[in-house]
Amino acid sequence: MRGFENNLEEFKKRGVRVVAISVDPPARNREHTAKQGYTYTFLSDEKAEVIRRYDLLHEKGGPAGDIARPAEFLIDSTGTVRWVNLTEDYRVRARPEDILKVIDGLRTAEPPDQAE
Amino acid sequence: MGRRRNWLPLGGFLVTLTAFLSYFFYFAYFPTTRDFPWLNLLLFAAGLVLLGGGLRRAFGQPERYRGRISGPVFAALSVLLLGLFVLYTFSFSRQLPAAAAAPRLGAKAPDFSLPDKDGKEVKLSELLQTEGTRWVLLVFYRGYW
Repeated sequence: MRGFENNLEEFKKRGVRVVAISVDPPARNREHTAKQGYTYTFLSDEKAEVIRRYDLLHEKGGPAGDIARPAEFLIDSTGTVRWVNLTEDYRVRARPEDILKVIDGLRTAEPPDQAE
Repeated sequence: MGRRRNWLPLGGFLVTLTAFLSYFFYFAYFPTTRDFPWLNLLLFAAGLVLLGGGLRRAFGQPERYRGRISGPVFAALSVLLLGLFVLYTFSFSRQLPAAAAAPRLGAKAPDFSLPDKDGKEVKLSELLQTEGTRWVLLVFYRGYW
Protein backbone atom coordinates (compact mmCIF):
# COMPACT_ATOMS: atom_id res chain seq x y z
CA MET A 1 0.00 0.00 0.00
CA ARG A 2 3.00 2.21 0.62
CA GLY A 3 4.05 1.73 -2.99
CA PHE A 4 0.83 3.31 -4.27
CA GLU A 5 1.34 6.36 -2.08
CA ASN A 6 4.96 6.65 -3.24
CA ASN A 7 3.83 6.57 -6.89
CA LEU A 8 0.65 8.60 -6.46
CA GLU A 9 1.90 11.56 -8.51
CA GLU A 10 2.64 9.22 -11.43
CA PHE A 11 -0.85 7.74 -11.19
CA LYS A 12 -2.44 11.19 -11.03
CA LYS A 13 -0.46 12.34 -14.05
CA ARG A 14 -2.03 9.51 -16.04
CA GLY A 15 -5.52 10.31 -14.77
CA VAL A 16 -5.65 7.24 -12.51
CA ARG A 17 -7.70 7.32 -9.35
CA VAL A 18 -6.34 4.76 -6.86
CA VAL A 19 -9.03 3.19 -4.68
CA ALA A 20 -8.26 0.64 -1.96
CA ILE A 21 -11.02 -1.65 -0.69
CA SER A 22 -11.11 -3.97 2.33
CA VAL A 23 -13.42 -5.08 5.12
CA ASP A 24 -11.82 -2.59 7.51
CA PRO A 25 -14.39 -0.12 8.92
CA PRO A 26 -14.04 3.62 8.14
CA ALA A 27 -12.65 4.34 11.62
CA ARG A 28 -9.86 1.82 11.04
CA ASN A 29 -9.11 3.35 7.64
CA ARG A 30 -9.07 6.83 9.14
CA GLU A 31 -6.59 5.74 11.77
CA HIS A 32 -4.45 3.74 9.35
CA THR A 33 -4.25 6.37 6.61
CA ALA A 34 -3.46 9.10 9.14
CA LYS A 35 -0.72 7.02 10.72
CA GLN A 36 0.84 5.96 7.41
CA GLY A 37 0.27 9.27 5.62
CA TYR A 38 -1.79 7.68 2.83
CA THR A 39 -3.76 10.22 0.81
CA TYR A 40 -5.56 8.05 -1.74
CA THR A 41 -9.07 6.70 -1.28
CA PHE A 42 -9.79 3.87 1.16
CA LEU A 43 -13.27 2.35 1.04
CA SER A 44 -14.91 0.10 3.63
CA ASP A 45 -16.77 -3.02 2.62
CA GLU A 46 -17.49 -4.27 6.14
CA LYS A 47 -20.06 -6.84 5.06
CA ALA A 48 -17.89 -7.91 2.12
CA GLU A 49 -20.78 -7.33 -0.29
CA VAL A 50 -18.71 -5.80 -3.07
CA ILE A 51 -15.89 -8.23 -2.34
CA ARG A 52 -18.38 -11.07 -2.82
CA ARG A 53 -19.74 -9.52 -6.03
CA TYR A 54 -16.18 -9.44 -7.40
CA ASP A 55 -15.73 -13.05 -6.24
CA LEU A 56 -12.78 -12.10 -4.05
CA LEU A 57 -14.07 -13.41 -0.73
CA HIS A 58 -11.50 -15.22 1.35
CA GLU A 59 -13.68 -16.97 3.91
CA LYS A 60 -12.32 -16.81 7.44
CA GLY A 61 -9.11 -15.40 5.98
CA GLY A 62 -8.66 -12.96 8.84
CA PRO A 63 -8.84 -13.28 12.62
CA ALA A 64 -12.29 -11.72 12.70
CA GLY A 65 -13.78 -13.66 9.78
CA ASP A 66 -14.14 -13.10 6.04
CA ILE A 67 -11.78 -10.77 4.21
CA ALA A 68 -10.81 -9.95 0.63
CA ARG A 69 -8.13 -11.86 -1.21
CA PRO A 70 -5.70 -9.39 -2.80
CA ALA A 71 -6.59 -8.33 -6.36
CA GLU A 72 -6.11 -5.31 -8.59
CA PHE A 73 -8.37 -4.10 -11.42
CA LEU A 74 -7.75 -1.27 -13.84
CA ILE A 75 -11.05 0.14 -15.06
CA ASP A 76 -11.48 2.59 -17.92
CA SER A 77 -14.00 5.40 -18.16
CA THR A 78 -16.61 3.11 -19.75
CA GLY A 79 -16.45 0.84 -16.69
CA THR A 80 -14.61 -1.91 -18.57
CA VAL A 81 -11.84 -3.94 -16.95
CA ARG A 82 -8.69 -3.24 -18.96
CA TRP A 83 -6.19 -5.08 -16.76
CA VAL A 84 -6.58 -7.44 -13.84
CA ASN A 85 -4.19 -9.14 -11.45
CA LEU A 86 -5.33 -12.02 -9.25
CA THR A 87 -2.34 -13.12 -7.25
CA GLU A 88 -1.92 -16.72 -6.16
CA ASP A 89 0.07 -15.73 -3.10
CA TYR A 90 -1.11 -12.89 -0.91
CA ARG A 91 2.47 -11.92 -0.13
CA VAL A 92 3.10 -11.30 -3.82
CA ARG A 93 1.07 -8.40 -5.18
CA ALA A 94 1.23 -6.23 -8.25
CA ARG A 95 3.91 -3.57 -7.97
CA PRO A 96 2.76 0.00 -8.65
CA GLU A 97 5.68 0.55 -11.03
CA ASP A 98 4.51 -2.40 -13.14
CA ILE A 99 0.92 -1.14 -13.17
CA LEU A 100 2.16 2.24 -14.43
CA LYS A 101 3.92 0.45 -17.29
CA VAL A 102 0.70 -1.40 -18.13
CA ILE A 103 -1.19 1.91 -18.22
CA ASP A 104 1.41 3.46 -20.51
CA GLY A 105 1.12 0.44 -22.79
CA LEU A 106 -2.67 0.76 -22.93
CA ARG A 107 -2.47 4.48 -23.60
CA THR A 108 -0.17 4.14 -26.58
CA ALA A 109 -2.31 1.33 -27.97
CA GLU A 110 -5.36 3.58 -27.83
CA PRO A 111 -6.32 6.30 -30.31
CA PRO A 112 -5.99 9.74 -28.70
CA ASP A 113 -9.11 11.28 -27.20
CA GLN A 114 -11.11 13.26 -29.71
CA ALA A 115 -11.32 16.21 -27.39
CA GLU A 116 -7.56 16.49 -27.20
CA MET B 1 36.29 -27.69 35.28
CA GLY B 2 37.69 -24.98 33.04
CA ARG B 3 35.12 -25.56 30.31
CA ARG B 4 34.37 -22.50 28.27
CA ARG B 5 30.97 -21.10 27.57
CA ASN B 6 29.73 -21.99 24.12
CA TRP B 7 28.05 -18.94 22.66
CA LEU B 8 27.51 -20.27 19.17
CA PRO B 9 24.21 -22.13 19.76
CA LEU B 10 22.64 -19.11 21.45
CA GLY B 11 24.06 -16.80 18.78
CA GLY B 12 22.76 -19.04 16.03
CA PHE B 13 19.33 -19.15 17.61
CA LEU B 14 19.22 -15.35 17.92
CA VAL B 15 20.13 -15.02 14.25
CA THR B 16 17.34 -17.42 13.21
CA LEU B 17 14.91 -15.58 15.50
CA THR B 18 15.92 -12.35 13.76
CA ALA B 19 15.51 -14.07 10.39
CA PHE B 20 11.96 -15.04 11.38
CA LEU B 21 10.76 -11.79 12.94
CA SER B 22 12.48 -9.35 10.59
CA TYR B 23 10.39 -10.64 7.69
CA PHE B 24 7.10 -9.70 9.30
CA PHE B 25 8.25 -6.48 10.88
CA TYR B 26 10.51 -5.16 8.16
CA PHE B 27 11.32 -7.03 4.97
CA ALA B 28 7.70 -7.80 4.08
CA TYR B 29 7.21 -4.07 3.46
CA PHE B 30 9.50 -4.06 0.43
CA PRO B 31 8.53 -6.02 -2.69
CA THR B 32 12.13 -7.03 -3.48
CA THR B 33 12.57 -8.78 -0.13
CA ARG B 34 8.92 -9.80 0.26
CA ASP B 35 7.97 -11.63 -2.92
CA PHE B 36 10.82 -14.08 -2.57
CA PRO B 37 12.22 -13.88 0.99
CA TRP B 38 15.85 -14.41 -0.04
CA LEU B 39 17.30 -12.13 2.64
CA ASN B 40 15.48 -13.95 5.43
CA LEU B 41 16.47 -17.34 4.04
CA LEU B 42 20.10 -16.16 3.99
CA LEU B 43 19.77 -15.11 7.63
CA PHE B 44 18.34 -18.51 8.48
CA ALA B 45 21.28 -20.16 6.72
CA ALA B 46 23.74 -18.01 8.70
CA GLY B 47 22.00 -18.91 11.95
CA LEU B 48 22.12 -22.61 11.16
CA VAL B 49 25.83 -22.42 10.30
CA LEU B 50 26.49 -20.86 13.72
CA LEU B 51 24.39 -23.54 15.39
CA GLY B 52 26.21 -26.28 13.53
CA GLY B 53 29.54 -24.86 14.69
CA GLY B 54 28.26 -24.68 18.24
CA LEU B 55 27.05 -28.27 18.24
CA ARG B 56 30.34 -29.49 16.80
CA ARG B 57 32.19 -27.76 19.58
CA ALA B 58 29.83 -29.03 22.28
CA PHE B 59 29.98 -32.65 21.18
CA GLY B 60 33.40 -32.75 19.50
CA GLN B 61 35.34 -31.09 22.31
CA PRO B 62 33.17 -31.66 25.39
CA GLU B 63 36.21 -31.24 27.61
CA ARG B 64 36.62 -27.67 26.38
CA TYR B 65 33.12 -26.44 25.59
CA ARG B 66 29.72 -26.55 27.18
CA GLY B 67 26.39 -26.64 25.38
CA ARG B 68 25.50 -30.30 25.10
CA ILE B 69 22.05 -29.55 26.49
CA SER B 70 21.47 -25.93 25.44
CA GLY B 71 22.92 -26.59 21.97
CA PRO B 72 20.33 -29.14 20.83
CA VAL B 73 17.55 -27.10 22.46
CA PHE B 74 18.53 -23.97 20.50
CA ALA B 75 18.98 -26.05 17.37
CA ALA B 76 15.51 -27.57 17.71
CA LEU B 77 13.93 -24.15 18.26
CA SER B 78 15.74 -22.75 15.23
CA VAL B 79 14.67 -25.59 12.97
CA LEU B 80 11.11 -25.09 14.21
CA LEU B 81 11.28 -21.38 13.30
CA LEU B 82 12.65 -22.20 9.86
CA GLY B 83 9.90 -24.77 9.38
CA LEU B 84 7.19 -22.27 10.31
CA PHE B 85 8.70 -19.64 8.05
CA VAL B 86 8.88 -21.95 5.04
CA LEU B 87 5.36 -23.19 5.73
CA TYR B 88 4.07 -19.62 5.85
CA THR B 89 5.90 -18.22 2.84
CA PHE B 90 5.63 -21.23 0.54
CA SER B 91 2.30 -22.72 1.52
CA PHE B 92 0.03 -20.80 3.86
CA SER B 93 0.04 -17.51 1.97
CA ARG B 94 -0.83 -19.39 -1.24
CA GLN B 95 -4.04 -20.84 0.12
CA LEU B 96 -6.34 -18.40 -1.60
CA PRO B 97 -9.77 -18.93 -3.13
CA ALA B 98 -9.63 -19.16 -6.92
CA ALA B 99 -11.78 -16.07 -7.71
CA ALA B 100 -12.99 -17.85 -10.84
CA ALA B 101 -15.95 -15.50 -11.25
CA ALA B 102 -14.00 -12.28 -10.74
CA PRO B 103 -14.50 -9.68 -13.51
CA ARG B 104 -12.27 -10.60 -16.42
CA LEU B 105 -10.42 -8.55 -18.97
CA GLY B 106 -12.97 -6.76 -21.16
CA ALA B 107 -15.84 -7.36 -18.74
CA LYS B 108 -17.87 -4.57 -17.13
CA ALA B 109 -16.75 -3.95 -13.56
CA PRO B 110 -19.81 -4.23 -11.28
CA ASP B 111 -20.77 -0.79 -10.01
CA PHE B 112 -20.86 -0.22 -6.26
CA SER B 113 -21.08 2.43 -3.58
CA LEU B 114 -19.03 2.19 -0.38
CA PRO B 115 -18.17 4.59 2.45
CA ASP B 116 -14.73 6.21 2.51
CA LYS B 117 -12.75 6.79 5.71
CA ASP B 118 -14.99 9.73 6.62
CA GLY B 119 -18.17 7.76 6.01
CA LYS B 120 -18.93 9.55 2.72
CA GLU B 121 -20.39 7.23 0.08
CA VAL B 122 -18.20 6.83 -3.01
CA LYS B 123 -19.68 5.34 -6.17
CA LEU B 124 -17.51 3.72 -8.81
CA SER B 125 -19.56 5.00 -11.77
CA GLU B 126 -19.36 8.54 -10.40
CA LEU B 127 -15.60 8.31 -9.92
CA LEU B 128 -15.28 7.27 -13.56
CA GLN B 129 -17.24 10.35 -14.66
CA THR B 130 -15.11 12.73 -12.60
CA GLU B 131 -13.27 15.38 -14.57
CA GLY B 132 -9.63 14.42 -15.04
CA THR B 133 -10.16 10.76 -14.21
CA ARG B 134 -9.46 8.36 -17.06
CA TRP B 135 -8.95 5.23 -15.02
CA VAL B 136 -9.87 3.83 -11.66
CA LEU B 137 -7.46 1.35 -10.12
CA LEU B 138 -9.27 -0.87 -7.62
CA VAL B 139 -6.92 -2.40 -5.09
CA PHE B 140 -8.58 -5.07 -2.98
CA TYR B 141 -6.46 -5.83 0.08
CA ARG B 142 -6.69 -8.05 3.12
CA GLY B 143 -7.05 -5.23 5.62
CA TYR B 144 -5.47 -4.42 8.93
CA TRP B 145 -8.47 -5.29 11.07
